Amino acid sequence: MVNINFISSKGVLTKADGLVGETIMECAQKNDIYEIEAECGGGCTCATCHVYIQKEWIEKLEKPTEMEEDMLDFATNVRENSRLSCQIKIDDKLDGLVLETPESQF
Amino acid sequence: MSKIIKTDALIIGAGPVGLFAVFELGLLNINCHVIDILDKPGGQCAQLYPEKPIYDIPAYPMISGKDLTDKLLLQIKPFSPKLHFEVLASKLERNEDGSWIISTNSDLKFHANIIVIAAGGGSFEPKKPNINNLEKYSKHVSYSIDKINRFKDKDIVILGGGDSALDWTIQLSEIAKSLTLIHRRDNFRGSPATVNKVMDLRDNGDLKFYVGQVTDLIGDDTDLKSVYVNMKDKEFQIPCDILMPFFGLTMSLGPLVEWQLELAEDRIAVNTETFQTNLPGIYAVGDINTYPGKLKLILSGFHETALMAHAAFKYMNPDERLTLQYTTTSSSLQKKLLAQ
Repeated sequence: MVNINFISSKGVLTKADGLVGETIMECAQKNDIYEIEAECGGGCTCATCHVYIQKEWIEKLEKPTEMEEDMLDFATNVRENSRLSCQIKIDDKLDGLVLETPESQF
Repeated sequence: MSKIIKTDALIIGAGPVGLFAVFELGLLNINCHVIDILDKPGGQCAQLYPEKPIYDIPAYPMISGKDLTDKLLLQIKPFSPKLHFEVLASKLERNEDGSWIISTNSDLKFHANIIVIAAGGGSFEPKKPNINNLEKYSKHVSYSIDKINRFKDKDIVILGGGDSALDWTIQLSEIAKSLTLIHRRDNFRGSPATVNKVMDLRDNGDLKFYVGQVTDLIGDDTDLKSVYVNMKDKEFQIPCDILMPFFGLTMSLGPLVEWQLELAEDRIAVNTETFQTNLPGIYAVGDINTYPGKLKLILSGFHETALMAHAAFKYMNPDERLTLQYTTTSSSLQKKLLAQ
């Protein structure tokens, strides 16, 4: 189990157990993180699973692909630490990851 | 003058489930018109993931959204359905005889005995960015270009870096008083030729380009005057008469929410024997409906259309007996399918 910490836009922390190989988005859905919509179900085609990765973790993630960057153009309130959670696969290195979810995906 | 089209069934949504509804209704001699807000058939399959493989369509170990759409179009060809694109159903009225009049955002109107709502996640509409005062100045925010003259000699600010944003930047550069493009990074996802044209406009001084985001709209009681731009190292205002955000599409129920349909969690509630909604003669199939145990799968949508079609037949022909026929053996069904 890999510990993933979701902080909602209201500041509420949800500690979730992620499985190696699943995506952060899938982990969020299993744990009822309602601020992640994932309208397209993980196809990187909708930009509604947008999250903010806490600064100290950003370097530990693989860089976003061009496809993800293109899709981030369609997300709302994009910041430097923005990522699409359906494109981040969980591995052991992510144990303790902290990310914030935006108030709205639209 | 709007044109009224008479049809047995009006299907709202030309995604896989809406298209297959043509087939199931066609087998029972119910003719169909189909409308869709998009400019092509396939719904989400075409709009969101045309090239992505789908693995859970029976008998297809793997099929792309585009191929699935093409095969469905081929499958329903014998019933010559009339497909109308870029049409959004807006208003619903009931006639005394129980049939329905559906108005649309175009000059098309439909007079239908039954309506099948197969609208998936709802209608696609432009995504609204999260900017302060966006609602207040909504008259000055445009997501498409209807009358090009409206943009003549105006200060225009375009947001986004995709094909739509770039295409309109090029288009409007000829008539705008001033043109500004704002995008969150200095990379664009348009075709190289389009991107080059935009870069030329910038280099010639016909376009200002900033890497940043618009966070606030500023004006008086009625008119937008400027937008507030937030860049990495500075913040400033630029004059703006019309703001054009291009952040892609999202889905919403749209005008359907005004139709007095019984909803449950933003989906249309149906009876699973008939797939009828709370309104007589109006059915809902596919992702747009909900019932206990609902699974949002294309597979489930197909199944729902078969039950819906039989129920709709009985609704339209209460005195006729309907026996289930198989396409493998029924000569009358085969005649319909092989007519073309």
